[in-house]
Amino acid sequence: MRCDNCGQRDAVINLTQVEHDTKVTLHLCEDCAQQKGIETGGAVLKSPLGGFITAMGKGPASPAPRPATPAERCAACGATLQDFRESGRLGCGECYLAFEVHVRDLLRRLHGSSQHAGERYLAPGEQAPDPRAELLDLRDRLRRAVETENFELAAELRDRIRVLE
Amino acid sequence: MIDLALVPDDGIGWLDGSGAESPIVLSSRIRLARNLAGHPFSQRSRDTDRLAVLALVREAATAVPSLAGAVTFRLDQLERPDRQVLHERHLVSRELAGLEAGGRPRAGAAVMVRGPAAVMVNEEDHLRLQVMRSGLAVEDGYVQMEALDTGLGRLLPFAFHQEFGYLTACPTNAGTGLRASVLIHLPGLVLTKEIGKVLQGLAQVGLTFRGLYGEGSEVVGNFFQLSNQTTLGKSEEDLLDHFGKVVRQVIAYEQQARDMMMRTAPAEVEDKVWRAYGLLRYARTLSFEETMNLLSGVRLGAALNLIPGVRVYTLNKLLIFTQTAHLAALEGRAVGDPELPTVRAAYVRKLLDAELA
Repeated sequence: MRCDNCGQRDAVINLTQVEHDTKVTLHLCEDCAQQKGIETGGAVLKSPLGGFITAMGKGPASPAPRPATPAERCAACGATLQDFRESGRLGCGECYLAFEVHVRDLLRRLHGSSQHAGERYLAPGEQAPDPRAELLDLRDRLRRAVETENFELAAELRDRIRVLE
Repeated sequence: MIDLALVPDDGIGWLDGSGAESPIVLSSRIRLARNLAGHPFSQRSRDTDRLAVLALVREAATAVPSLAGAVTFRLDQLERPDRQVLHERHLVSRELAGLEAGGRPRAGAAVMVRGPAAVMVNEEDHLRLQVMRSGLAVEDGYVQMEALDTGLGRLLPFAFHQEFGYLTACPTNAGTGLRASVLIHLPGLVLTKEIGKVLQGLAQVGLTFRGLYGEGSEVVGNFFQLSNQTTLGKSEEDLLDHFGKVVRQVIAYEQQARDMMMRTAPAEVEDKVWRAYGLLRYARTLSFEETMNLLSGVRLGAALNLIPGVRVYTLNKLLIFTQTAHLAALEGRAVGDPELPTVRAAYVRKLLDAELA
């Protein structure tokens, strides 16, 4: 079937819209679909995380792509949020901090949690932190987070306290 | 050609059929993903970065008891048939071996092998530690893994974050970086058409299934690779405990399906497994897929005590050694596609003949 818009290429997308109680179905090729701001899913399929990554950080209105702001680029390896969305892979360990909000959201969707509950790693030469001192510090931060009504942070601190306890 | 005899037990001790549940579970594998802090992950790094990572890992490995005497294979310096042998032996991934269409190994791609333990270097993550064991031995495998992980982690700075745990290139591996898997033979569930329900159930309890060679590979010969889907939010012990429980449940279902078949259609089952044996024993040409399917039948027959005198070890060995690169290595020459089915059938006959002698 030819594309209803350009009449040249093969239609690959059926777009059904309801306007004033009337159903209109358009058959579009990939190029025309993109011009109308419809994603064909080709890019999504390339990534093993598919929809997760694409949905990440996007509101329901699906805004048009915009150039990376400094905050969306990892200072250590230069990877951008866009790179991550396309490849499904982070560039380095620092990317987890550079894209912290997005990563946390994704981890929660993938694993049901973003809080590591497994073994605590001690880097070469690092001393095991005193869990009592760490607990006191975390409880103090939790109190401040509740006082300032930062409930998201409070929930994370609470989870970490539970793990330590 | 590489000499795998350098590796104690040729890196395939897990084939010996000695582990628990080995008629149904071929092998258990524990894998940990680790990266070195301060280095870009493999896919974003340059050749010099990867070679630097390899040098650091090799140096550290000399001081880690669980890797004492390990043999290192540089994938980036091996010819394709050798890389394929390592992959067919489950020692390296397809990606690391550069076996994808048009692919080749990255600079610094290597694997260190010592008995059941292997360390892939410069895979998607800098380090992929793996321990393979015969039969169902997930917990035991993890104990061995802990020694390896702790030994390397004391010398190399791993990328770790208090909240996100071990940092990996793909967020699906973050947290513990732990993937436990078993290679399991489920002909009873396939023949009784219960497999669909079981696989659906697995997804609901956080397990996933793949084919013989993991991600992207097809299910052949009723061999499934089951593994945990999530790696973050639970401790290693909880993940392994849950995984072990579910696998034991799948084994119980498989056993029930086999019992049911033997109660309701014993003659058909017996006929099917002996036909499979007859074909393997006398056929003059065998494709890999046909071999896998026939081996599945014979394995079922051996487990049900219908076919006496065929050891699980022999069946496991046939599974690995009837693959293309292994046949070529056994012949000591390149074997072309048209010739392969004949060479394969001759090898299968030889091993089964030896079993009766």
